[in-house]
Amino acid sequence: MTTANQAGPQHQARRRWGEWLIENTVRLAGVSTILIVALIFLFLLKEGIPTFLDIPLRQLFSGRWYPIESLYGILPLLVGSLLVTIGAVIIAVPLGLTVAIYLGEFAPSWLREFLKPLIEILAGIPSIVLGFLGWVVLAPLIQNLGASTGLTAFTGSLILAYMALPTIISISEDALYAVPKEYRDGALAIGATEWQTIWRVVLPAARSGLVIAVMLGVGRAIGETMAVLMVTGNAANIPKLGAGMFFQPVRTMTATIAAEMGEVAQGSLHYSTLFGIGIILFLITFAINSVASRVVGVQGSRRRGGQL
Amino acid sequence: MSERIYRARMFFLIVLLALSLAACGGATRDGEGAGGEQEANRAIQNKGSDTLVNLALAWAEAYREVDPSVSIAVTGGGSGTGIAALINGTVDIANASRKMKEKEIAAAQENGIDPIEYTVAIDALAIVVNLENPVSELTIPQLADIYTGRITNWKDVGGNDAPIVLLSRETNSGTHVYFLEEVVRKGEKDNEDIFASQTLLMPSSVGITSELRRNPNAIGYDGFGYVDPHHEKLIAVAKDDESPYVMPSVASGSDGSYPIARDLYMYTAGEPTDVMAEYLAWVMGEEGQQIVAELGFVPLPEEK
Repeated sequence: MTTANQAGPQHQARRRWGEWLIENTVRLAGVSTILIVALIFLFLLKEGIPTFLDIPLRQLFSGRWYPIESLYGILPLLVGSLLVTIGAVIIAVPLGLTVAIYLGEFAPSWLREFLKPLIEILAGIPSIVLGFLGWVVLAPLIQNLGASTGLTAFTGSLILAYMALPTIISISEDALYAVPKEYRDGALAIGATEWQTIWRVVLPAARSGLVIAVMLGVGRAIGETMAVLMVTGNAANIPKLGAGMFFQPVRTMTATIAAEMGEVAQGSLHYSTLFGIGIILFLITFAINSVASRVVGVQGSRRRGGQL
Repeated sequence: MSERIYRARMFFLIVLLALSLAACGGATRDGEGAGGEQEANRAIQNKGSDTLVNLALAWAEAYREVDPSVSIAVTGGGSGTGIAALINGTVDIANASRKMKEKEIAAAQENGIDPIEYTVAIDALAIVVNLENPVSELTIPQLADIYTGRITNWKDVGGNDAPIVLLSRETNSGTHVYFLEEVVRKGEKDNEDIFASQTLLMPSSVGITSELRRNPNAIGYDGFGYVDPHHEKLIAVAKDDESPYVMPSVASGSDGSYPIARDLYMYTAGEPTDVMAEYLAWVMGEEGQQIVAELGFVPLPEEK
C-alpha cells in the first residue's frame, strides 16, 4: 500500500476513485432490481391483503365470480388460468422441443441459419396482434369443429402456445448446441444410432437448459393477458371435467384484472380482490420458478455439460 | 361506422377530461380568471350517469360551436354521484339514467335547491341474435330464464335444437346493470337472480356484435343504434305472455311501447339561468336530438 502510494500517489488515487465509482454503480444497478421487485410485492400485498381478511376463505374459493353482487369466488378464475396454461404447455412443449432438436441436430446449417432468426422474430409479435388473429381466424375455425362458440380455453391455449414457442425453441436449441461435441462422438463411436445418441446422451446432457426453456415459455403463457382476454370468452364458469372442458369458454385471472380494473372504485373490496388475484398469480409464477431453479440446480451440480 | 369512431373519440376525450380534472384538483371553476367577470356564469358543471356521459360530452363539444363563450365540463361517476352533487350544490346539471328518488328531492329542498327534471333522450336496449336464428320474438320472462341459465336450448323458445350461447357486456358496464335489473330480474326489487356463469362477458360491444354475426346460437343485447339489421337479427320483445311483441325502433322506443327502453334525464338546481336554459333548449331541440340519434340513443318524440 505505502509503496504504491509513493510510486504515483495522484494517479493511484484517481484510479481508486474510478474503481470505487464503477463498483458502486454496478452494485446500485444490481440492488435496484431487487429493490424494485420488493417494492412491487409490498405494494401488491398492501392493496391485496384486505381480500384475504375481509372475504371468508370459503367464499373466496367458491365457484361464483360476480363482483357487482359481492360474489368473490376466484375458483373459476384459477381453473380458467390453469386450463389455458396446461393446454398451451401440452401443445408448445413437445412441438418446441421437436423443432429445437431438428434445428440443432438434423437441419443443414444453411437452413438453421435461416430458420433461427426467423423464429426469434416471431417472439416479437405483440400479443394483441396474436389475440386479434385468434379472434378473427382461430375462433371461427374452432366453432366449426363443433364447439358452441369459438371463444374457448383451447383457442387461448393455441395462441399462448404460439407465443411460448419462440422462447422454447430458441433457448432449448442453444442448450443442445452447448452440449460438447465429444459426447456425441463418444456415443456414436461405441455404436449408438443417431437417435439413441440424441435421446440418451444429448437430451439428458442439455436437461437444465431445456427446463429453463420450458419454464420461461410457461411463464410467458400464464402471465399473458390481452390475447387471452380476446379469445377465451371470459365466462367465469368452471367447465365440467373431461376432454370437452378445453372447448368451453373460461375466464382467466389476468383477463379479469385487465377487464375490471379500469372502472372499479379505488379502495373498495372489489379493487383489493383484483390485487389479491395479482398476489395469487405472483405466488404461482414464483412457485414455478423455484421448482425450475431447483431442478436446474440439482442438475448443474451433477453434470457440467449443457449448461447455458 | 362513423358512430363507432365517434364513440372511440369520445372515450379518448373522457380520459383526457378525467386526467385534466384530476390535475386541476377540482378547481375547474377558476375558469373565470382568464375570461373576465361576465364569463363566470358561462361555465356549466355537468356530472352523473355513465350511460349519458358519452352523449353529454358530444353535446358539450358540439355546443362549443353554437356558443363558444360557454364552457361545459362533463364528468361521469354514475347517476347517484351526479344527483348527490346536485343536492350538495356543486354541479349545475346532473345527468341521471333514473328518476330522482323522493328522498333525494326532499334532501335537495332542505338545502334550498329545487331540482327540475328534463327528459333529454331515450335509451332502447335491443335483443339481438344471429341472422340464421329462426326465433324472432321473446318475452321478458323468457329472456330472464335464458340469461339465468334455466333455459339452455333454443328449442325451448321455439328455435332449433341447439345450445344457447349467452353474450353480455362486462360487469362494469352500466348497460349490464340495467339489463340485470330490468330483464334478468324482470324489474322485481327483491329478485336476486344473476347472470348464468356460462355467460360470455365481452370487453366491448363490438365484441358482442362480431360474435353474434358468426355464431348461429348466440344471443346478446346492445343499444338500438348500434345494431345493423342487415347483419344481425333484432328480436321483438313482449313484457309478458299477454302483452304484444314489439320490435325496437325509434318510434316504439319513444312512445313507450318497447318494454326495455328508459328515459335519460338531466336535472338542474332550480330554474336554469339564461345560459343553462339556452343549452337545455338546444339539447332537447333538433340539433341536440340529432346527436342523440348519432350516438345510438332514441331521440325524444317530436312533440312532448
